[in-house]
Amino acid sequence: MEQYLIPTLIVTGIGILAGVVLTIASKFMAVKVNEAAVKVRRALPGVNCGACGYAGCDDYAASLVNDHTVKANLCTPGGSAVSLEISEILGISFVAAEGKYALVKCSGTFDKTNYVMDFKGIQSCAANKMFYRGRGSCSRACLGFGDCVEACEYGAISMVNGVAKIDKLKCVGCSVCVRKCPNHLITIVPSGLTTYVGCSSQDDGAKTHRACKTGCTACRKCEEVCRFDAIHVTGNLAEINPDQCMNCGMCIKACPSGIIKSNRMKKI
Amino acid sequence: MKELVIILMSLVLVDNFVLAKFLGICPFLGVSKKLDAAVGMSIAVIFVMLLSTAVTYPIYIHLLDPLGLDYLQTIVFILVIAALVQLVEIILKKYVPILHRSLGVYLPLITTNCAVLGVTLLNIDEGYSYVQALVNAIGAGLGFLLAMVLFSGVRRVIEHNDIPTAFKGIPSILIAASILSVSFMGFSGVVDGIFK
Repeated sequence: MEQYLIPTLIVTGIGILAGVVLTIASKFMAVKVNEAAVKVRRALPGVNCGACGYAGCDDYAASLVNDHTVKANLCTPGGSAVSLEISEILGISFVAAEGKYALVKCSGTFDKTNYVMDFKGIQSCAANKMFYRGRGSCSRACLGFGDCVEACEYGAISMVNGVAKIDKLKCVGCSVCVRKCPNHLITIVPSGLTTYVGCSSQDDGAKTHRACKTGCTACRKCEEVCRFDAIHVTGNLAEINPDQCMNCGMCIKACPSGIIKSNRMKKI
Repeated sequence: MKELVIILMSLVLVDNFVLAKFLGICPFLGVSKKLDAAVGMSIAVIFVMLLSTAVTYPIYIHLLDPLGLDYLQTIVFILVIAALVQLVEIILKKYVPILHRSLGVYLPLITTNCAVLGVTLLNIDEGYSYVQALVNAIGAGLGFLLAMVLFSGVRRVIEHNDIPTAFKGIPSILIAASILSVSFMGFSGVVDGIFK
């Protein structure tokens, strides 16, 4: 009897002792967790994309709770719905999140430009970029290996005719692809801006024209026709200021290379 | 003193817990992807090994051994280590939040790590004294740290290379681990040679 009793007692005793000590410890040394922070964290989508400018959803939630000057509408993937939810939890006034989406500023499809090397190395944009500024004849062309396609968690990017194409409906503006592109072709713009310059080449006009049939040659015709002072050519490249652009489409008609485009969605 | 140094050195180099005794392979393969995570994990392992040795050794010597209950050591040790790690986590969370944050998820992860249990059981099997057992625990932890740091460097190089599809992922990592293990086998006899 004793040979069963003592071992059982010892294990049970240690178990109970450990349980009691842990219970007491968790009672007396409990750290107050801010309930609002947990709720805010749950409201956030949890993709940890960093579009809000914080290290991740946890970090953003903690900052929101601790500092009420932090804006609640910074979460681009979550959009206005998440902003509203956070505002309700924290009891602050609701500000609609500004929708954003990503744009690829390159139009160099296969019929407009061509590859100058047959790259046999690791099939990724980052690896290709290390070799003589990429495989395209234009140093600022889409490299076409699809690093951004792989990075996108929403399946919004696809390779069409050698250039990355972003589906505006699927894109949430998290800017993960922006960081992936070694040529920095992708930018995040507010949803309101539909007119964009589809080129990133900062080489001079003649050089750009040799490399690609549809590159910005810095002719400044768009600058002349713009009535809102929204488009400017700086460093051999036209750039649109989203705050001033009215999407009137004058520059689209004026551009001789056809690189200023509109991705206004057709009304359904 | 010399004996303690021999124990320490032989555990770090010759009888490395991961690469020679094949204990704690799971975190070795799982957490060695990034250097900072590998170091954090290893520090947590050193800490827990030392602590669990300090507690389980007296329990065995003063409770289990006199009663002839050697066969209970595994289950009692597991129970004690698990409870201890939980307790340490609560205490750290309250009083040293910085350390708690840096150890992070690794602390509860290693609660039932076989390397930690292995250290406590081997201390008994080898018949070490209390001080020797503690040094043994530190040595095992340092050996783990060394293996983790070396391997995270190896993995970084592997990841940036073009590997045949059949070897991508775990196969290439296991092969690299085995080569690292072979290289550590070369240390056998080194410690005896130093202290002759």
